[in-house]
Amino acid sequence: MGDLFDGYAAPPARPQPAPPRPAFDEMFAVPPDGTGDPKAREPYRDIYAALARMTQDELRGRTEALASSYLAQGVTFDFAGEERPFPLDAVPRVIDQGEWSRIEAGVRQRVLALEAFLADVYGPQQAIRDGVLPASLLTSSSHYHRQAAGIEPANGVRIQVSGIDLIRDEAGEWRVLEDNVRVPSGVSYVISNRRVMAQTLPELFVSMRVRPVGDYPNRLLQALRAAAPPGIEDPVVVVLTPGVYNSAYFEHTLLARLMGVELVEGRDLFCSGGRVFMRTTAGPTRVDVIYRRVDDEFLDPLQFRADSMLGSPGLMLAARLGNVTIANAVGNGVADDKLVYTYVPDLIRYYLSEEPILPNVQTWRLEEPGALEEVLDRLAELVVKPVDASGGKGLVVGPAASGAELTELRGRLLKDPRGWIAQPVVQLSTIPTLVDDGVRPRHADLRPFAVHDGRDVWVLPGGLTRVALPEGQLVVNSSQGGGSKDTWVVGGAPLAAPDRGISGLVGAQATSTSSIPVIREHAPDHSPEDRPRSGSEQQQQQQQQARDVATRAGSANPGRNSGPDRPGRPGLASGGAGC
Amino acid sequence: MLSRIAESLFWIGRYIERSDGTARILDVHLQLLLEDPWTPEDLACRSLLSVMGSSAPEDRPLTRQDVLALLAVDRTHPASIAYSLGAARENARRAREIVSTELWESLNTTRARMPRRVSSEKVHEFFGWVRERAALAVGIVDSSTSRDEAWLFFTLGRSLERADMTARLLATRALTEASGPSWTTILRSCGAYEAYLRTYRGLPSARNAAEFLLLDRLFPRSVIFAVTRAEECLRQLEPRSERAGVSDQAQRLLGRIRSQLEYRPIVEILDDLPHQMDAVQEVTSAASEAIRRRYFPVAPAPSWTEED
Repeated sequence: MGDLFDGYAAPPARPQPAPPRPAFDEMFAVPPDGTGDPKAREPYRDIYAALARMTQDELRGRTEALASSYLAQGVTFDFAGEERPFPLDAVPRVIDQGEWSRIEAGVRQRVLALEAFLADVYGPQQAIRDGVLPASLLTSSSHYHRQAAGIEPANGVRIQVSGIDLIRDEAGEWRVLEDNVRVPSGVSYVISNRRVMAQTLPELFVSMRVRPVGDYPNRLLQALRAAAPPGIEDPVVVVLTPGVYNSAYFEHTLLARLMGVELVEGRDLFCSGGRVFMRTTAGPTRVDVIYRRVDDEFLDPLQFRADSMLGSPGLMLAARLGNVTIANAVGNGVADDKLVYTYVPDLIRYYLSEEPILPNVQTWRLEEPGALEEVLDRLAELVVKPVDASGGKGLVVGPAASGAELTELRGRLLKDPRGWIAQPVVQLSTIPTLVDDGVRPRHADLRPFAVHDGRDVWVLPGGLTRVALPEGQLVVNSSQGGGSKDTWVVGGAPLAAPDRGISGLVGAQATSTSSIPVIREHAPDHSPEDRPRSGSEQQQQQQQQARDVATRAGSANPGRNSGPDRPGRPGLASGGAGC
Repeated sequence: MLSRIAESLFWIGRYIERSDGTARILDVHLQLLLEDPWTPEDLACRSLLSVMGSSAPEDRPLTRQDVLALLAVDRTHPASIAYSLGAARENARRAREIVSTELWESLNTTRARMPRRVSSEKVHEFFGWVRERAALAVGIVDSSTSRDEAWLFFTLGRSLERADMTARLLATRALTEASGPSWTTILRSCGAYEAYLRTYRGLPSARNAAEFLLLDRLFPRSVIFAVTRAEECLRQLEPRSERAGVSDQAQRLLGRIRSQLEYRPIVEILDDLPHQMDAVQEVTSAASEAIRRRYFPVAPAPSWTEED
């Protein structure tokens, strides 16, 4: 029995004010009566059993192997000028298939609602006319781009890829934390985490039916091809990257590689006659779909920032003319606006006539009467976020902030109430994570990735789990000392979707092969000298060698010179045909 | 060049390529067993063994550990990586005066460092090591061997083995009834996945993937590429050309299988893939034998025994 979970339930090393409600631990459940030892929850039972057999040193050794594998692969990020492996924790997160189905449905619903919202706000703006949204919400959003108004995507899809960030609250309930429908990143880590986990901790996978994640590039390529301008039979798809210095460059190369498409930079593209081309050795080649990983503001210097070197002048015109598809669409940022986020449940009801499956986190809109006053009053117990930032930038956690920080924040809120939202502090769920002291509970969130191809929203089974490594830290971000975990969706009926189930292995994708018989066993050829010898043959040779040695020894002895000179009879040594 | 030396070079080429090919096939398929819990392990292991041309004990269910033990580290099992590495080194020892010191040292070190057992979490690392050692040996030969007969025999051996390995790999589609490895897996195992994606820009379909691995004229691990290369080597070894026909049996065999694959519609080949792959393996064996008879004739080696 290993010592891995020793001290897991120990009180925090650094005493902190206890949160009003303790966080939900995903692996262990305290028995209903509140006493006794916590037990592993059902989905975690197998993995707990496998892990509990390990010692801390073993797990640490494997964690080092994970890290060195990432260093070798170049899955790294820059930390103070030094290349560090992307932190991956060896303990996976497990989500039961039944639970996952709900997440899947919730994400799908949310993406469809946001899709309808974007089509509406860049088109007829019916929701504003119907009073669901205030008009000022759009006009004041920094990511609402007039340049995108009236651009109709070829197959009606603006959100080819989305990453809806989810958390579990103190009761274990999944909630949406924020929407990312601009250029959500992180999916490459999902793919590479799974591969390196399978290579380094194979025993954890035994007996667990983990749904594979390798189908993603294939789904994405299909969605991008489906988004091509009409009338193009074999669309040329490219991935547009800002360049090698971008922090997500690894992801861009991985996606381009796994989709088998070109990875282009702005300078590889040019626009002419309302069409987009890339410069190739075979002359200009037309580009039909651009999966861009460059922000809106840098895409087209004619429309946005004139100093941008990352885009290509004329892109927006080509998109407007319907000659090229930019995915995700320009202007999607308005849907990421944290103030729009507060309206999403209403939008789901309005556009889809459905009740939201995944609830939001309770949020104050500071412009509403009374809200600002209440928030200013309770600033020390709330989380305040700027509406147009993602990844935890600019966020202030009230209980952890100093008095000076709060005073400064107060001033900023008063100056720009539209620019901020406030939420209660949610204790994110915790998962066992290997840190310096051993395996300890750490807070985590989840970013499931969804791909919309116009017919269906496909949600990647799993997603990126990010975990905050410092004790008690609630902001989960890789730029703030965050780690990641492989996320396993397990159990359930895998055969329900045979096309993406069984043979879609980690790297493997659709088109499983039918089985064919082995006609005949072909034993490998061997050099006559090296072919396997039967036991007796070997013995014979050894005996012969022994005799050779003996005779040689004899010849060395001047006293006896009979042996070697005696005439012998040539025989046939074995050495015939190769088998 | 001495026939004996030529033979050794030929077999060094074959054994290096075989260790590489076996490592690739095992790496992907053993990983597959792990990642895909729906594959019946015993059946898959047996099929894998049989594709590699070795049979397994019948009396108990096989696990991936057994396959690993047999095909990777068992020094006495003729289809194992350890056996190939040992044999490559033995051949280099026999041709020590021709083989460059660098190559000899590389092969010798490889054999010496070959582990006797591999723990399950190091499996992937081990196969990576085998591939690296093979690449190192080939790279040494490539960069330091004059393009004379020595080079031709080495390349001939490699090319034949490569055709054989790719044919075996295509035959692993037969692994189990329920879930044969997907084409992606097959492509990945011979390092062809990314090259394939760049060529076909999209999903591996049975037709495209088989076409790529069998018929692509530019991809070095395709059967056609390997066979063509072997033919080229043979032509350079015997540059005389006759007015009619081909007299060299190995050339004849290789030419025939090449035309058979090259000029047949891919759909037909796919329909009959098992037999086609069987034919390829058959031909590489027969060609190897023909080469041996022509270039490495064996005078029955005399050995002296005492009269009773």
